[in-house]
Formats: sequence, C-alpha cells, structure tokens
Amino acid sequence: MPPLARRNLFHDKVRAAVTLTGVVFAVVLMVVQLGLFVGFTVTTSGIIDHSGADLWVVSHNTPYIEQGTPMPEQKYYNALVTPGVERADKYIVRWGEWLTPRGSQESVQIVGFNPNTGFGGPWNVVAGRVEDLKTPDAVMIDELYKEKLGVTRIGEVVEITGRRAKVVGFTRGIRAFTTTPYVFTSFKNALDFTREREDQTIFLLVKAKPGADLEQVRRDLKARLGDVDVLTAAEFSSMTRHYWMFTTGAGMGILISALLGLVVGVVVVAQTIYATTMDHIREFGTLKAMGAPNRYIYRVIFTQAGISAVLGYLIAMGVSIFVVRGSQQGGASIVVPYSLDAAIFVLTLAMCMTAALVSINKVTSLDPAMVFKQ
Amino acid sequence: MHVVSVRGVTKIFEEGSNHIVALNGVDLDVDAGEMVLLMGPSGSGKTTLLSVMGCILRATSGSVELQGREVGNLPERELPKVRLDNIGFVFQGFNLFPTLSAGENIELALDLKGIRGAAAEARASDLLAKVGLEERYASFPANLSGGQKQRVAIARALAGEPALILADEPTAALDWRSGENVMEMMRAVAHTYGRAVVVVSHDSRVLPFADRVVQLEDGRLVENAAQEAPQRTGKKSAGGWNLQPSGAGD
Repeated sequence: MPPLARRNLFHDKVRAAVTLTGVVFAVVLMVVQLGLFVGFTVTTSGIIDHSGADLWVVSHNTPYIEQGTPMPEQKYYNALVTPGVERADKYIVRWGEWLTPRGSQESVQIVGFNPNTGFGGPWNVVAGRVEDLKTPDAVMIDELYKEKLGVTRIGEVVEITGRRAKVVGFTRGIRAFTTTPYVFTSFKNALDFTREREDQTIFLLVKAKPGADLEQVRRDLKARLGDVDVLTAAEFSSMTRHYWMFTTGAGMGILISALLGLVVGVVVVAQTIYATTMDHIREFGTLKAMGAPNRYIYRVIFTQAGISAVLGYLIAMGVSIFVVRGSQQGGASIVVPYSLDAAIFVLTLAMCMTAALVSINKVTSLDPAMVFKQ
Repeated sequence: MHVVSVRGVTKIFEEGSNHIVALNGVDLDVDAGEMVLLMGPSGSGKTTLLSVMGCILRATSGSVELQGREVGNLPERELPKVRLDNIGFVFQGFNLFPTLSAGENIELALDLKGIRGAAAEARASDLLAKVGLEERYASFPANLSGGQKQRVAIARALAGEPALILADEPTAALDWRSGENVMEMMRAVAHTYGRAVVVVSHDSRVLPFADRVVQLEDGRLVENAAQEAPQRTGKKSAGGWNLQPSGAGD
C-alpha cells in the first residue's frame, strides 16, 4: 500500500508540526497534571511507604499519620514479645516549631525513629549519615528546605520548640505535601522536640520474622496490645492518602485539576486528529468513488492516528523529563512512575483512536458524489 | 452486450418540500470502444447521469446495467466493489492524492485491486509511459502541469482495467492545447484499449473527438439534436459521428 497515511501526516511539514504540537501539548499537560496528582498522593504517605515496616500499630481510629495519638510505652514491650515479631520500634510524627538562625519561626514535622534499625528513617541521604542522628540534638532535613529553614550547611545549630538542634545531614526529594518540612531525628530527640512524655509513643513499627504469617502476627498483636489498630503499611498508607485526597480541599483540587488536564488533553488531541482527517476529506471521497471499501479508508485514518499518537507521545515524554526535573528543583512534586508512563501511552493511543473514530464517522457518511463538485 | 445500459432512469432530489427532477426517463447505451460525449447546459443533469452510471448515485427509478448485470438495485454496500471492478473515473479537478507521487497515485489504484509491490510499480510505470509521463513517476502533483495531472488521472483510471471510463469535464481546468491532448488520449482509451468512455463536457471544442454526442436538457435526452461534427483524423470510422440521442432511432 502506498504510504498514504504517513504522507498525509508529513507531506506538509508545517501541518505536521501543528498536528504533533497538539498531541505533544495534550500529553505533556496530562503528564504534568496526573504527575502532580501522583506526586501529591505519594508525598502524603511517603514516610509510611519508605518505613520498611510490615505493620503499623496505631491508636484506635487513627485516620492518618499526622493524627497519631500517644499510647503507653508498655505496648512496645508487649509487641516485642509477640510471636512472629522480629523487631518493633517506637516511632513519632509530631508538629514542632523551628527557629531559624535568622530568628524567624517555621512549623515542621518532627519524625522520630530508631537510628539503630533505620525503620521510618530518612532515605536518599545525600549529605551526612543516618548513624549521625544517634548523637544528641542531631537532625536531618531535605535540601529542598534549606532556604526555608535558614540552613546552608551541615553543622549549623538551630532551635526546635525551644531546644537546641544541630543539622547533621541532608536528604534529597523527601518533600512534605504541606508547607511543613519533615525533620528526621532519633526517637529520643523527638520526644524532647515535641515535649511528649518519655513513657509514651505515637506509633509502633513492626517487622515480622521472615516467613511469618503477617495476618497471624497482626491478630496476635491486636490480641496482645488491646485498644489499638494494627495496620499493614499499605493499609495505613492508603488511609493517609485517602484522608488528604478526599477529606481536605487540597486533594480534591489536585484531583479536579488532573481530571481537567485529562479532559483538555482529550479535547486537544481529538480536535487535532479530526482536523488532520478533515484536511484530506476530498481525497477520502476520491478513494470512495474509486471503489475503496470502508475498511481501506479506516486503515488509513487509524494509521494516521496511530503515528500521531506514538510520535506525539515520544516527543512529549522528552519534554516531560525536563518539566519533571524542573519541578524537582522547585516546590511542585511531579511524580511520573513507569506505570503512569504506560497508562498515558495507552490513553494517548486511545484518545487518538477515538478521535479517528469520530472523523471516520464523518468519512463514512461522505457522499462520493462530492468528487464531481468543484 | 452494452458496457453500460441505462433505461428509463429518473433521479429526483428532495430538498425539504421541493422535488428537483435531475433526470427524467433517460435511456442510453454505451458500447466498448465507443466514446460518448454528454453535453448540455448547466443543471441539465449531465453529472447526475454520470454519477448514476458510475454507481455513485442511485437512480430514483429505472434500470442501470453494467456489462449485462443490473446494478441499480444493488445494496449500498456492494456498490464500491462494482465501481472498483468496472469503472475508472477522471475528474475535472484531477483529484490526485497530493501527498503521493504520480507513480504512487497509480499504485494506490492498483493496491485497491490487490496488486502490490514490484508488480504494482511495473504496472504504474507502464501506464505512465502510455500517457507519456514515464519520466515523472516520482513527481508530486504540485510539480506537474494541469495537462500532466489529467494524464496521470487517466493512467490511474485505467489501472484497474475497467470496462467503463467516466470523465467529468476533463478539459475544464486546462488550456485548450492540454485539453486537446487529454481528449486525444480519452479517444485512444476508447479506440485503442476498447473501453467504453463517457465524457461530460460543455465545451463544444471537444465535439470532434466523440463518436457520439448526447445532448441533455432539463434531465431529458434531447430528440433530434443531431448536428454535424467536424471529422478528425484517426477517429473511429465505423458509423461516423452520431449526434442522435440514444434511443432516438429505436
């Protein structure tokens, strides 16, 4: 078959550029909006997802991680002796007040963990070591928040909730979805920074023994610890995401924005592909007059749409890499996992094919007698 | 057996409450190796008759036979195949695919018939050679003159080896010298290749190329419209020029 579809697309370079720009714009828009949405959801539960714990023991009816309430330290000891438990760590996530060296005050979220095991600790450490957090007053923040927190280098001393704190390291990419940065420190320091009682903890992070039946461990913990909820990391992560996504306006705003991005993307692609077909409507009429069966014409139109989708997607992914990298340097968190890449490819293809279907409808209803009209 | 035989064909277009009678009881037979010129003023029904013969428009009533087969009552879905197997079209505006080269335009017509690859290329080259454009295989329509475009269109119409060639005002967009060449070629298609050729035109200069001229007025074939056409060298000798409407002498 002569390369009619390819030629229809690329014979006129300017038209080809316009068509591809339309698809690329739509795909980049979707990547950014859906990436923001994924970034938001991932950020809300990042601490849980990276904790390395199998189970989280939380006070009964704790809806999300920021809403943990204290439980007696005794539950920690009870957890340690529960069958199937390899390790349990006390864990705290609490608000605190950070006094910058300039004298300004910033709200932060203190994350207290056990530096000996590292469960629930920082990841992507780019300066300093997690072990450094064992020293008294030591804290670690993300390099994104250096300016906000008035810190320029390791060793700087600040004040958290009236107590001395020393910056011993930096992470990269641990972003808070609110405006309050995470401050990682040891559990013991965290008690001081948050003024919690020493005989209490907010959460327990539990690691099951290799091969242990997690459901059984969960039931045993629940039976042994009493008035608590024992959740898998995935469950607690989902609850936290759900809370921020659907209970607060912020999540819904981003969700609506993502959906709008999707709709605008669909409309732009549909319009672009439709216009490409309409540009050649007379030629399709000629094909019909010559006796081409409809399936022959469909093949040309679908091939046009497919080429537009694949090329547009590839170019858009190239552009998106720059956009995502740029966002990582700034305040926005755009996260594009491979699964989203794949989903957007399928979506782009589906959009182009749907748009092709719309134009096919137009071509099918075309009167071949149009070829005799000037 | 006639290549195309139209009997009592009427075509009525309905626009709201208006009924426009475009063809009114038309009878016409065209044989292999014959070139028939359909003439008449604007709105007389020439292109409508061409469309009905080409299975592009369906007659409101009457019979249309192509090579002895009644096609007027075939379901819509079967008409593309009838066109593909029996009819080649030449359009006033050439209707070449602007994104394909001259050769590829012909290859496309061959592709519809299932002829592809080297065989299609060879056949397209051969057809281009027949219309004197063997050097322009790779030229795009935008780089061809009007006359050359129409010659490519004729080659394309011949690609599927149809029995019937229908041409709608093939010289209208051309200067007379190019138009003359095109008409010579159309006549050769009829006489040399034995096709039945029907040409719609309102240009009286094309009269000498026809074996027979059929005059349409208000959707009817005009009786006693015979007139003497100038003789042309090489025209089909048998029967001379016949300006009688089809059926007039029945």
